Amino acid sequence: MAGIVGYGAHLPRHRIKVEEIAKVWGADAPSYKKGLMLREKSVPPPDMDTITLSVEAARNALKRSGGIDPKDIGAIYIGSESHPYAVKPSGTTVAEALGATPDIHCADFEFACKAGSEAMYVALSHVKAGEMPYALAIAADTSQGAPSDALEFSAAAGAAAFIMGTKNLIAEILYTHSYMTDMPDFWRREHEFYPQHAGRFTGEEAYFAHTKGATSAILKKAGMKPSDFQYAIFHQPNGKFPQRVAFEQGFTQEQIDPGWLAPILGNTYSGASPIGLSSTLDVAKPGDMILMCSYGSGAGSDAFIWKVTDRINEVRDLAVHTRKLLEENQIYIDYGTYAKYRRKIRKNA
Amino acid sequence: MTMFSSRNWREYPHRYRLEASKFKKSGKTYFPKRMVDPETGDTEQETVNLPDTGKIVTYTVIRIAPGQWGDQSPYGLAIAELTDGTRLMAQVTDCDVEKIKIGMEVRIEFRRVQSEGHHGVLSYGYKFVPKWY
Repeated sequence: MAGIVGYGAHLPRHRIKVEEIAKVWGADAPSYKKGLMLREKSVPPPDMDTITLSVEAARNALKRSGGIDPKDIGAIYIGSESHPYAVKPSGTTVAEALGATPDIHCADFEFACKAGSEAMYVALSHVKAGEMPYALAIAADTSQGAPSDALEFSAAAGAAAFIMGTKNLIAEILYTHSYMTDMPDFWRREHEFYPQHAGRFTGEEAYFAHTKGATSAILKKAGMKPSDFQYAIFHQPNGKFPQRVAFEQGFTQEQIDPGWLAPILGNTYSGASPIGLSSTLDVAKPGDMILMCSYGSGAGSDAFIWKVTDRINEVRDLAVHTRKLLEENQIYIDYGTYAKYRRKIRKNA
Repeated sequence: MTMFSSRNWREYPHRYRLEASKFKKSGKTYFPKRMVDPETGDTEQETVNLPDTGKIVTYTVIRIAPGQWGDQSPYGLAIAELTDGTRLMAQVTDCDVEKIKIGMEVRIEFRRVQSEGHHGVLSYGYKFVPKWY
């Protein structure tokens, strides 16, 4: 039996509203709010990046782990498309900060928005195989959208961390299924600052085909149907896509609600469905079944079926709840401050 | 470049994990770690990790910041007393400088503390943030 032993999230406090971005570019805020179901998004301040978000999320996961020794963590995998260095791992800094070095395996994963669920998949495989007592998977991003591009309304920041193990589980992994094809829907070439995307082509054949492909395959594998689940989390590039893919497959608003964060968080890329899982675990009860399905352009989806255990009741309040980080004490900033924070303003060095 | 990289590396234990020296004879804790207790000459010590919450004892506001911190000004620089009585100084982040007060509760967060220009190493460590949960 393998699964999650500890989980935690971290989010920036800063937010920018859709209206604030729209007024700079002459865009129609109501149509973005209605069309993409986005109201505001998180913004990382200048001293926050994928490494710092990862460390804080991992510390929250450790708080919920029942006091495991960081030295027993055999691997740290960080999935992100915004690792601070082009060459130098994020994982070693996080391992050092947690006190998990030097007998450890670190790797940074990249796969557009799916890198975090990849890290979860590989961490689970290690503990299932008995290679190590614990493996830490982190999904973190401080994503960039080009100024005036539709992505600028959604590209956000946040992280979630999951310690995988085989004892004292909070949620047991029952099934996984991955579904991928070569799909040119979103990319960033080397040395380019902002990603490019294929507009409407990122929908039907990309996001929807892969999330549905992975979901229908894992349901078939498990012999389960949508009504067998208490909750479901789908990757959320905006508020609308995860809702539509949920409804089209027979899931309800009640099932996606706890993990449906994009309308006020934005798209946290690698962090999106993992942060949604963290906020879902915050409200889950023993015995609940949870479906999680990521999506990363390029493209693929990793689907997971989790079964929540009795231990959730002991650990959920040992660290801050994700909804609290999302919905309280926000710091609202204007576009100028946002542009400075995200280094969109050209200066003399 | 290389000098900063190596100095930065040597500071990981206290910057990343708040490691301090607790001396056997006096029971006193020093941060960052040191080899010898300056009061007793004692060298017998254990490594402890400082707690991550405390209260601001005193602070100043930096309005004309040096070089790379210019984008963050104005910001607070505070000495806080942690729950174990240890005092340390750090930047106050995620906080309007008008709201910083003596006695304000703070939490320590892992943040990027400096970077060596656009090409050099990034340096991480602790900062204070308002404790709101």
